[in-house]
Amino acid sequence: MYLIFSFTMFLLGGTMAMVIRAELFQPGLQIVQPEFFNQMTTMHGLIMVFGAVMPAFVGLANWMIPLMIGAPDMALPRMNNWSFWLLPCAFLILVSTLFMEGGAPNFGWTFYAPLSTTYGPPSTTFFIFAIHIMGVSSIMGAINVIATVLNMRAPGMTLMKMPMFVWTWLITAFLLIAVMPVLAGVVTMMLMDINFGTSFFNAAGGGDPVLFQHVFWFFGHPEVYIMILPAFGAISQIIPAFSRKRLFGYASMVYATGAIALLSFLVWAHHMFTVGVPLAGQLFFMYATLLIAVPTGVKVFNWVATMFRGSLTLEAPMLFAIAFVILFSIGGFSGLMLAIAPADFQYHDTYFVVAHFHYVLVPGAIFGIFASAYFWLPKWTGYMYDETLAKTHFWLSFVGMNLAFFPMHFLGLAGMPRRIPDYALQFADFNMVSSIGAFMFGATQLLFLLIVVKCARGGVKAPAKPWEGAEGLEWEVPSPAPYHTFTTPPDVK
Amino acid sequence: MRVHAQRVGALLGGLLFPALSMADWTVNMTPGVTGTSNDIFDLHMTIFWICVAIGAVVFGIMFWSIFAHRKSQGAKPANFHENTMVEVLWTLIPLVILVIMAIPATATLIDMYDTTESDIDIKVTGYQWKWQYEYINEDFGYFSNLTTPSDQIRNRQAKGENYLLEVDKPMVIPVGKKVRFLLTANDVIHSWWVPDFGVKKDAIPGFINEAWTRVDKPGTYRGQCTELCGKDHGFMPVVVKAVPEEEYNTWVADQKAAAEKERELTQKDWTMEELMERGKTAYATACAACHQADGSGAPPAFPALRGSAIATGDMAAHIDVVVNGVSGTAMQAFGGQLNEADLAAIITYERNAWGNKMGDMVTPKEIFDYKNQQ
Repeated sequence: MYLIFSFTMFLLGGTMAMVIRAELFQPGLQIVQPEFFNQMTTMHGLIMVFGAVMPAFVGLANWMIPLMIGAPDMALPRMNNWSFWLLPCAFLILVSTLFMEGGAPNFGWTFYAPLSTTYGPPSTTFFIFAIHIMGVSSIMGAINVIATVLNMRAPGMTLMKMPMFVWTWLITAFLLIAVMPVLAGVVTMMLMDINFGTSFFNAAGGGDPVLFQHVFWFFGHPEVYIMILPAFGAISQIIPAFSRKRLFGYASMVYATGAIALLSFLVWAHHMFTVGVPLAGQLFFMYATLLIAVPTGVKVFNWVATMFRGSLTLEAPMLFAIAFVILFSIGGFSGLMLAIAPADFQYHDTYFVVAHFHYVLVPGAIFGIFASAYFWLPKWTGYMYDETLAKTHFWLSFVGMNLAFFPMHFLGLAGMPRRIPDYALQFADFNMVSSIGAFMFGATQLLFLLIVVKCARGGVKAPAKPWEGAEGLEWEVPSPAPYHTFTTPPDVK
Repeated sequence: MRVHAQRVGALLGGLLFPALSMADWTVNMTPGVTGTSNDIFDLHMTIFWICVAIGAVVFGIMFWSIFAHRKSQGAKPANFHENTMVEVLWTLIPLVILVIMAIPATATLIDMYDTTESDIDIKVTGYQWKWQYEYINEDFGYFSNLTTPSDQIRNRQAKGENYLLEVDKPMVIPVGKKVRFLLTANDVIHSWWVPDFGVKKDAIPGFINEAWTRVDKPGTYRGQCTELCGKDHGFMPVVVKAVPEEEYNTWVADQKAAAEKERELTQKDWTMEELMERGKTAYATACAACHQADGSGAPPAFPALRGSAIATGDMAAHIDVVVNGVSGTAMQAFGGQLNEADLAAIITYERNAWGNKMGDMVTPKEIFDYKNQQ
C-alpha cells in the first residue's frame, strides 16, 4: 500500500519536474508563467520528500522488518492502518491547493517566512494542515517501527545481531520522533502568523524571519538523514549479498549511523551561511558539518572493503547499489565543498546546491529504493522479475540521471541561481542538456512500473532464497512470504 | 571543474560526453576581481582537488574489485572482516584532511566578516522585485530596475547580450576602496549576489546585514537575487559598475545635483498632460510588474486597477493606498520609495488610463502636504 502510494506520488512529483525542465529547456518564458513555475518547484519538492521517498521507506520497513527480525507482523497494526490512510488525505489536500484561487504554495519546499506568511497565497493554510497530517502519520509510523524492533525480535537476536536495514530504520525512527514535532511547531507558528495576528516571523511585530529558518532547518537537516539512512541500511545488506562476503565492519557501520544521526542535529545552520550568522556560529557549524564527512566516509570505505576480494555478480540490485555508492559519494564530495563556509557564499542557492542534493537524493534515496525493490521483489511476489528489463531500467536511469544533474554543477559554478523560471543566455546550453537527461530519466521510470506489474503477474517461480549470497531470516521463509510469518519465533544463534 | 568532468566522465564510461566535447562551455567558478573572491576560488580548487584525490583512491579500489573480483572471473570470496587498525586509520586520515582544510577556510571567513574601516557605505534594500541603493553619506539613492523588455522574455524579440542581467541604473563604486554594504529588505527575504566579488548576503526585512568588498579592476559586474522572493525572483538582477575614483567623484556630484533637482520638481506647477506622461513611465517601472501594463492585474494577489473601486473612487483613499500600502497584502508603501512627482503622476495616470475616466489630478505639492501631515 505504502509502496503503491509512494510510486504514484513519485510519478506525480516527476511530472512536475518535467514541467520545470521543459520551461528551462530554453531561455525565455515558453510554457508556464513564473507564478506557476514557483508552484511547480514547491510541489515537486514537497511531494518527492513527503509523498515519495518517506512513504517508500516506511513501506519497506513494514514489509521487511518483521521478516528480518522473525516477528509475525508489525507490533501495532491499527496504528499502522491509521498512519497509512492519513497520507492520501494529506496529499489530497495538498494537491487540491493547485486548483484553489491564488494557486498552490509557491514559496519553495523550504517555505521561508515571510514569503510564505504575509506574502503567501490563501492556500497556505491548507498546506499547513496537510503538513500536520503527514507529520502525525510519520510519527505513528516511527513509533510502530520502534515498538516492533524493541519488543518483537526473535529469541537470540540481540541488538548487535540485527540486520543493518533494521538498525538504520531504528535510528531513523528516533530521528523522526525527534524532528517531526519541530516541523509541526514551525508550521503552527506560521498558521498563527497568518490567521491569528501573531508576529513570530514578522520583524515589524518584534519577530524574526530568520527564526523560521533556524527552526525549519533544525527539522530539515535530520530530515535529509531520515531519507538516506534506510537506504544506507538496505545497501549494507545488498552489497554483501552480491559480493558473497560478510559486511566488512558491522559494528563500525552501526556506530557510524548513530554518529551521523547525532551530528545531524548540530549542523542545521550550514543551510544558512549567508543569513548573517555571527562569526563564531559560522565557524561552529562549518566544523560540525565537516565532521559529518568522517562517519559517512567510514560507511563508504566499509562498502568498498566489503566488495574487495569478494565474488561479485552484477544483478540489478547490485548495479543500483554500486551506482548508489559512486553517485552518493559524488553528492558527498559536493557536500564537503558546500561545507566550507567561505566557498558556500559562492555556491549558496545556486544550481550547485540543486546538483548536490539531487545527487544525494536521486541516486541515494531513490536508487536505494530501486535496489531494495529488486532485491526483495522475488520475496514479495514469489516470482523473479525480468532481469534484462531491470538492467535496461538501471542503465537508462543511470545515464538520464547523470545527464540531468551533472551539468547543474557547472551551471551553479557559472552563477545560475536556483528557482528561476528564466535565465541569462550563457546558461542555455547546459540547461538544454540537463532537460534532455531529465526527460530520459522521467520516461524510464514507467519501465519500472512495467517490470513490477509483470513480476507480480507471474513468471519464473522464485525459490526461498533467490540470491546466492543473501543472508537473513527473510530468506528462510518461502517466496512469497506467507501471511503472518514466524507465528512461532525462530531461534537465532 | 572541467578536469572533474573529465575524470568522472572517464569513470562513468564517457557517459558525460556532452560536457567534454564542447570546451567553450563554462564549467568552473571564475576567480573574480576581489581579494575575497580569489581566496574563495583557491579554497574551492583546494577542496575540489582533495575530493578528486579521495575519489580516485576509493573508486579506484572499488572498480578494481568490480573488474577483478567477479564471480564470472572465478573469484572466490575471501572471509576477512573487521580490522581495527584499518578502521581507526580510515577515521583518522579524513579527520586530519578536514582539519587541514578548515584552517584556511577559517582565515578567509574571519577576513570576510571584518566590515570595519570602510571608505564608502551603501545601503542595499531588496524590494519585490528590484534593488534600492542608498549612498548614506552622500544623501542620495535610487532604484535599480530590470530593463530587459518583456518582448524578449516572451520570445517575441531576439534576446540581447545581457538578457535578464541589465538594469536602468547600476550601483556605481570606486575601485580600490573598501565599500561596505548594509543589506536589508522591505518585504520578503532577498539575497544580493555578485559572483565576481565573492559577496552574497541575505537582505532580511527588519534586520541589517553587513558585507564588504574592494574591487581591483574597473568594469561592469553582474549578479542576481539568490533567495526565492516571489513571482519575479528570476527578474531582479544586480549590476555594479566599478570605476576609477575621479570618475566616481564626478558621478556622485552629478547624482547629488540630480537629487536636488528632483526635490525641486515637487514645487513646480504641473499640467494634466505632464502628469499623465510622467505617470506612464513611472507606472511602467514601479507598478506594472504586479498590476500589469494594461492595469489588468493578476488577481487575487494583485487586483486589477482598470475600473477598480480605488482607482475610480475617492481621491484621498487612492493616495492612502499608494503612499502607505495595504498591510497584510503585497501592496507596498510607495511613499518612501518614490518622490512626490512620481507619486502624483502615477495616481493621476491610474485614474485616467485604460478607460478609467475620473478626469481629476493630484499635484506633487498635494502629495507633499499629505505626507507631511501624517
